[in-house]
Amino acid sequence: MLFTDASFIIGLVLLCIVYFLLPKKYRWMLLLCASLLFYACSGIGYLLYIGATTVSTYFTAVTLDKMAAARKDTLAAHKSDWSRDEKKAFKEAANKKRFRLLVLCLVLNFGILAVIKYGAFTMRNLNSLISLFGKENALPVPNFLLPMGISFYTFQTMGYAIDVYREKYAAERNPARLGLFVSFFPQLIQGPISRYDELSKGLFAGNGFDPQRVMFGTQRILWGYYKKMVLADRILPAVTTLIGDPGQYSGAYAFLGVLYYTLELYADFTGGIDITIGIGQVLGIPIAENFNKPFFSKNITEYWQRWHITLNTWFKDYLFYPISVCKPMLNFSKWSREKFGKTVGKYAPVYAATLAVWLLTGLWHGAAWNFIVWGLMNAVIILISERLTPLYNRFHKKYAWSNTRAWDGFMAIRTTLMMGFLRMFDCYRDVPLTFKMFGTIFTKWNLSAYFDGSLLKLGISAADYFVLFCGVLILFGVSLKGRKGSVRQQIYNASPVLSCALTVALFLVVVIFGAYGIGYDSSQFIYNQF
Amino acid sequence: MTKKKVILAGTAMTVSAVLILAAVQRLLQPKYMSDVVEGNLVADYYNTNYAHDVLFVGDCECYENFSPVTLWEEYGIPSYIRGSAQQLIWQSYYLLEDALRYETPKVVIFNVLSMKYGKPQNEAYNRMSIEGMRWSSSKVNNIKASMTEDESFLSYVFPILRYHSRWSEISSDDFKYYFGVKPNFFGGYYLRADVKPAENVPVGRPLVDYAFADTCWEYLDRMRTLCQESGIQLLLIKAPSLNPYWYDEWEQQITEYSEKYQIPYLNFLKEPILSETGIDFYHDTYDGGLHMNVYGAEKLSHWLGQYLTDNYGLMNRSNEPAMLDEWGTLCHRYHMEYDRQVANLEMYGNIHGPEKTDGTAGSEQTSQTSAEESGKDDTK
Repeated sequence: MLFTDASFIIGLVLLCIVYFLLPKKYRWMLLLCASLLFYACSGIGYLLYIGATTVSTYFTAVTLDKMAAARKDTLAAHKSDWSRDEKKAFKEAANKKRFRLLVLCLVLNFGILAVIKYGAFTMRNLNSLISLFGKENALPVPNFLLPMGISFYTFQTMGYAIDVYREKYAAERNPARLGLFVSFFPQLIQGPISRYDELSKGLFAGNGFDPQRVMFGTQRILWGYYKKMVLADRILPAVTTLIGDPGQYSGAYAFLGVLYYTLELYADFTGGIDITIGIGQVLGIPIAENFNKPFFSKNITEYWQRWHITLNTWFKDYLFYPISVCKPMLNFSKWSREKFGKTVGKYAPVYAATLAVWLLTGLWHGAAWNFIVWGLMNAVIILISERLTPLYNRFHKKYAWSNTRAWDGFMAIRTTLMMGFLRMFDCYRDVPLTFKMFGTIFTKWNLSAYFDGSLLKLGISAADYFVLFCGVLILFGVSLKGRKGSVRQQIYNASPVLSCALTVALFLVVVIFGAYGIGYDSSQFIYNQF
Repeated sequence: MTKKKVILAGTAMTVSAVLILAAVQRLLQPKYMSDVVEGNLVADYYNTNYAHDVLFVGDCECYENFSPVTLWEEYGIPSYIRGSAQQLIWQSYYLLEDALRYETPKVVIFNVLSMKYGKPQNEAYNRMSIEGMRWSSSKVNNIKASMTEDESFLSYVFPILRYHSRWSEISSDDFKYYFGVKPNFFGGYYLRADVKPAENVPVGRPLVDYAFADTCWEYLDRMRTLCQESGIQLLLIKAPSLNPYWYDEWEQQITEYSEKYQIPYLNFLKEPILSETGIDFYHDTYDGGLHMNVYGAEKLSHWLGQYLTDNYGLMNRSNEPAMLDEWGTLCHRYHMEYDRQVANLEMYGNIHGPEKTDGTAGSEQTSQTSAEESGKDDTK
């Protein structure tokens, strides 16, 4: 079931009505039922996967909690009769046991994800290797259907297990409540990847009906539908045409594909997240923001702080830092310092951790070499960019014009284009083709395609272009306005009546100008596949 | 914000959204006043006085092949054709069920061509057949039975969900007929005065399976039962259209059914009826044998009127004062339209009138939605 399905929209309205009619203490149970129903709609068998993750994480977290409590009790009991070394040894032994349990949980759950998502990819590559020795298709290639949102809920749940291990907060003792945290329906489709301590506050509070909050939530939902249905789904046929036939659509067309796909991906992904956050807001459940005007970023590092924020912070908190300070990495740092000098010793662990994180970020996005190369190229650009930071600083000091808004705009466009070029790995079927298509942008000068009416033969009409042009202008205007804080709040402060009128207008715009129904191939949310 | 203000704001927002949406929906819904006019056929029924002795149900072989005006003028039989393009048998059944809520005719005539379609076929034709119906359980069931895979029930309840993308195709017709369309039909009959001889009519290619689908038999049974329960006599017909081809195997199945249940069945393609009607496929069709033109329709109606009078005891009601007003107006419009088309044919070579600058013909001819255009084929 998609956010754009009529059954989802009707179900959501009914859910909201029932939610506010129920006594507060039962509201989270309604959400749990709705979430399970929503998930079951994608395939009742998939409940087994999410159920396995919930149950295994529940028992792991509760046991980790109990072990931590037992450790504290023992240490308290031996506060005076154990020496410092004895306490340290006991603590280390207890933590080791807890760590093993955590690792078991991580291996189990990431194992499920790995087998389902990466099993076929791994087998295909192993078969390619084995074929070098003359044996074709030596290993069977599994064909698993990907349960909806498995990457999202696995990462979110493992984040919770790690936090409990780190004793950031206590484990949830009610398995049904943990089940709701894992399966909360608005964020199952494409995230964001929430943290338990943040999400649970709203999830179990049974919030009251606050008209202004409900209206703001509704506006956010409508804004999400606007992005998804008016922009992303409208430009989709052109994107499909442009990337579907690389032989015909190279050079200027490939560049156009970069721009169109950038718009489609942004509108699709952020639109879905807006709907998710809006639903949360209506229900009084704050959900983490996942985007912060990424196309205003002046460099790639900043871009990744503004795009898919929750995934990147997840990798930072649960992978980058632990890798950077783990014992083997410290040993590697020491070894490289001794072998290659101070500078290398200083940067080697950071580089290694960055490459590892981006390798996994690439893999998270898909089981294909395209994504791996995409991830590593991000890492390389980020690392080069960081190494060149002193040079940039000197440049900005020397040339005053490089500190102007115009220069910032140039940097933002440059970053957006660079990210667009990197995203070409998303579009084309393999790495060599992606590089080839990238090359044609600079070598094939078929710019006439922009002026000879060819753009109207890509599956979208002049009317579609008109809607897209106006739609993007509105999007840009709202983003600019949003730099000063919540646009909805600004409008409401200016005039509550205007706020109400804009809600109605936005609804009408989505209904009339949305690309849906017969004649449109309404697409899945792109990140639904993760 | 006080509770009162919240309720007020919420109500105002909802009401204004609904009103604007309804207004926009009306604008965006096809008016069917140009190229594809058949979309107005079904709704046209509700403008009548519901006093018909004969009710036709069926597809284009009904609404283009029989003229209720001829039946009235020659035999005083008030009749109406509840037909639409490629009207499937369940659509005919539900339209009949719907009509029986308003009147009980003496005879129901069902054209059997649609027995060949066992599954929903075409969204555009579904729309034309269903949207004009007034809301009732018949309409709901009709929608459910007719929807193709891509359709949603909700889009019939809120047509804007289907027609929202027409904003880029809005024409002057959409404003001109915003508050209602002008009558285009004559007792459900679609008048065409042009002539295109039936030449090189293709012979039907062999089929893998000639058996009509169970669904079709089921609805034919339901139609028979409904007529029986309402005291209506059912008459099955096969209109004399040469294309789509009517197979002998189909004929046999219908004949067996009619014999089994003692229901009269007339195949106008067969002798001696074909000769008796006097149909000349060189002169009496406007599209090469698919449908009759007004000359063919009048010949068929002339024959049928006599048959109905002889076999069903239908009285000549042309002297009933209650009928005169409606039928007088209808006959007048009919002849005016005939004269207009004939004059246009003489002056411009087509029934519509002078060519427009954009190449489309006629004073009322512009394009409809692409879905409708793509859905329009020769076998409606």
